[in-house]
Amino acid sequence: MNRLVFAVPFALAVLVLAFGYWGLSNGRDPSSIPSALISQPVPDFALEPIEGVDTPGLSTADLKGQGLTLVNVFASWCGPCRAEHPILTRIGREQDLRIVAINYKDQPAAAADWLEELGNPYALIGSDLSGRTGIEWGVTGVPETFIVSNDGIVLHRFPGPVVGDGQRRFQKALDAAKAAQ
Amino acid sequence: MIPELGQFAIALALIAACVQSVLPIVGAARRNTLWMASAQATAVLQAGLLIFAFGALMHAFIVSDFTVRNVVENSHSLKPMLYKVAGTWGSHEGSLLLWVLILALFGAAVAVMATNIPLALKARTLSVQAWISVGFLSFMILTSNPFDRVFPPPLDGQDLNPLLQDFGLAIHPPLLYIGYVGFSIVFSFAVAALIEGRVDPAWARWVRPWTLAAWMALTGGIALGSWWAYYELGWGGWWFWDPVENVSFMPWLAGTALLHSAIVTEKRDTFKAWTILLAILTFSLSLLGTFIVRSGLLTSVHAFAVDPERGVYILGLLAVSILGSLALFAWRAPAMEGGGLFAPISREAGLLINNLLIATACATVLFGTLYPLFLEAVTGEKISVGPPFFNAAFIPITLPLILVMGLGPHLSWKRADLPGVLARLKWIGVTVLLGTLVVAWVADGGPLLAVISMGIALWLIGATVQDWARRVKLLQSGAWARIKRQPRAAHGMSMAHLGLAVLMVGAIGASAWKTDTVSFAEAGTTVPIAGFEVTFEGIEQVRGPNYIAQVATLNVTRDGAFVTQLFPERRVYPVAQATTTESDIRQTLAGDLYVSIAEPAAENAEGLWTLRLIYEPLVNFLWLGSFMLVLGGALSLSDRRLRVGAPRRAAPLNATPAE
Amino acid sequence: MRRLALILCLLLATPLVAVEPDEVLDDPVLEERAREISAEVRCVVCQNEPIDSSNAGVARDLRLIIRERLVAGDTNQEVFDYLVARYGDFVLFNPPWRPSTYALWLGPFIILGLGFLAVIMALRGKSGQLTASLTPEEQARLEALREKDGS
Repeated sequence: MNRLVFAVPFALAVLVLAFGYWGLSNGRDPSSIPSALISQPVPDFALEPIEGVDTPGLSTADLKGQGLTLVNVFASWCGPCRAEHPILTRIGREQDLRIVAINYKDQPAAAADWLEELGNPYALIGSDLSGRTGIEWGVTGVPETFIVSNDGIVLHRFPGPVVGDGQRRFQKALDAAKAAQ
Repeated sequence: MIPELGQFAIALALIAACVQSVLPIVGAARRNTLWMASAQATAVLQAGLLIFAFGALMHAFIVSDFTVRNVVENSHSLKPMLYKVAGTWGSHEGSLLLWVLILALFGAAVAVMATNIPLALKARTLSVQAWISVGFLSFMILTSNPFDRVFPPPLDGQDLNPLLQDFGLAIHPPLLYIGYVGFSIVFSFAVAALIEGRVDPAWARWVRPWTLAAWMALTGGIALGSWWAYYELGWGGWWFWDPVENVSFMPWLAGTALLHSAIVTEKRDTFKAWTILLAILTFSLSLLGTFIVRSGLLTSVHAFAVDPERGVYILGLLAVSILGSLALFAWRAPAMEGGGLFAPISREAGLLINNLLIATACATVLFGTLYPLFLEAVTGEKISVGPPFFNAAFIPITLPLILVMGLGPHLSWKRADLPGVLARLKWIGVTVLLGTLVVAWVADGGPLLAVISMGIALWLIGATVQDWARRVKLLQSGAWARIKRQPRAAHGMSMAHLGLAVLMVGAIGASAWKTDTVSFAEAGTTVPIAGFEVTFEGIEQVRGPNYIAQVATLNVTRDGAFVTQLFPERRVYPVAQATTTESDIRQTLAGDLYVSIAEPAAENAEGLWTLRLIYEPLVNFLWLGSFMLVLGGALSLSDRRLRVGAPRRAAPLNATPAE
Repeated sequence: MRRLALILCLLLATPLVAVEPDEVLDDPVLEERAREISAEVRCVVCQNEPIDSSNAGVARDLRLIIRERLVAGDTNQEVFDYLVARYGDFVLFNPPWRPSTYALWLGPFIILGLGFLAVIMALRGKSGQLTASLTPEEQARLEALREKDGS
């Protein structure tokens, strides 16, 4: 018994180091925040279209009964958004997915130029000038992409650009969502 | 050429460390004096080689040798010389080199200075120290070579983060490392003692100066870091319970407990296993800190060389050293107890309570810092454990500790007369109560906890001063001679305890009674704060060596009378593409008036500046108290009993148990 | 990219107060509450900073929302609930009391309790032997002395 007491520090150290090892493996990102919206209905919001762009605005009702939908949060001032744009466009075209967008805290003119230059894969775009809708969605930065089910339930939140390894992880989540439909 | 020589020196140092890690300890087991004595040479050689390597890296920074990747990434030809030099340890690789250099310097210091230690213990200690060296040197060579070249060399460097260009920060990491790494030697002593299977008062006395030196450096390093956040980062705060701060605080707490526990081992030949355990844990927590800071395991405001692969390597080093030493502890320590007996009311018991509370505080910080990781691993939930938790858990543990601290030095060894001590402290108690009422009156209500804490800090001051005055019989003739005759270590204790009380006064004042205001300002705007009126006079553009600054002029008056002028700045560093806030401060012992300017975030505020004013009462007591803590350590360290009067073991040198 | 955000946070660092002048409420009591709440809400961009001292855009939006809700009559708890519904428990620097945090909040007490137990055992060991170590003669002498003292 007495001897066991002297082994307690060893046992505790093993525990701490094991957790430390866990924390470094599996490509864990310590700063990623799980979304509070998963399996919840999409938040209530209604956004006007971007001034000077023909695509209509976006609101809660547009995300119900329209099949699996990707909601992309982007801004023209965000570099990684530019990087993921062609990839998202291709995913939408090749996998026949509806993509809608929230244009986060952007100048309408700059957003219009950006879409003009890079192409507009979005069926609907809501202009979130104040960033309030972004907060309703629990957005921490741009870009972020949400996968929303036919019933308007948030299935997945993907923070950061859908490129490289991110694209692979995103596709995995997307396949799971398709299978669940 | 010089960088290659530096790299070569690191490789040679690794070889020296390898030899040192085997030869002396085997020599000690075989009682081969020559092999044991070899540690002296290899330890000094290792230190010399690493001094050379460090010098080579520093040289590359000083002459802006942009063929070296490390210099390219962390320096710039236009940077002021002081920060070129400081750039040497500004990066992951450079700071790691500093880390192993300090490790080797401590080894060499023991080899050269510790002349009164038995050869076998010294040989084993230096071998253990070399094990750590081997681990970190190979880590450096395999994953983080500071002398990597780039080809073709760029025209100029990428500059060191301008926030890191500050005098306080230039010396903060070296001090912190001396503290962290200094505990390595205590660790090595502990492991050597476990291998020998004996711990006695002589051992405790040999280890004490090294513990003190490391503790002083760590105290200074933490205080400087806090001072840096307060002044340079312009955060206006001094402690955030951020993971990186916590990991430097834990070894400090463990080291403080060790200092006290080692005294009991030294004076009364008891608490042996506990002292050994603390010696191991203190350095283990330092290693854990290194690991957490460099692996990116937890997010922190102090971003630094985040790289999971390096993290796994350090984790491996950690596992070997911590688990190895703790396994050895579990095996050898049970045989160690025994020694002096004491009553439940005695100096020993007081120090036991002290150790219990400090150890609990340390465990609480560790637990709170790692809990989010535990929970995420077990349930996948992500939560945050922040200042509210640490304040709620830490303060209730600390306050009783401070109460006992006032009492402790009054208790005599073995069996103390508590009623007598309390009678002696009666008037101090009454004075402190009155003082607390005055605080409550001045604070005009204020948070009750702050008033109570202030009272407890006053108690520590009163009880400490009374203890000191009683020991030197201050009020009787010949007091000065008695002060000089008293061992310096006793003065050191009083000074350090007083320092902690002073620090506490600062901490309470600056957190409980701080006020701030924020407002738009243009020429002529006047803002009142804490009895002052601050008037914004205007903005001027000034060009610095590697930045452009906008400098505001602020007139400070009190009741219409001129007090001072303050000049906060907004700096833009074109090369690093960064903006920094240079706040300005009117510093007095009563409190700091802290001012800063920034461009407003609101769109319709052209021509306006955001003016932030903070008044932090008593905040300078924090730095004063930290200084007194270090001074107390220095007094204690200079005690001649630690140097001469060479403690000798009662038993013959080689009467160690068979291994 | 996330790493970049972290460096940006360091460079954006401002005084402990990041609140902008146009955010400050006229009612000092509500403003005080808003400051208290925002000191306990973790910024989702510049993590490890409360939104009260973070310069990130989202932090400013959240500070404004907190003030709006307080003006609308929300209690502090309702404001926290609002934020948790969008960003999860992660944003609370003060972890709520619930099964997954029982261990966290009770941990320090358990550590202290175990430590206390160890200390009591150590004290009993040490002092038990201390009294027992007196020989019968010594014990008798001690008693005699005590009696003399008491008289």
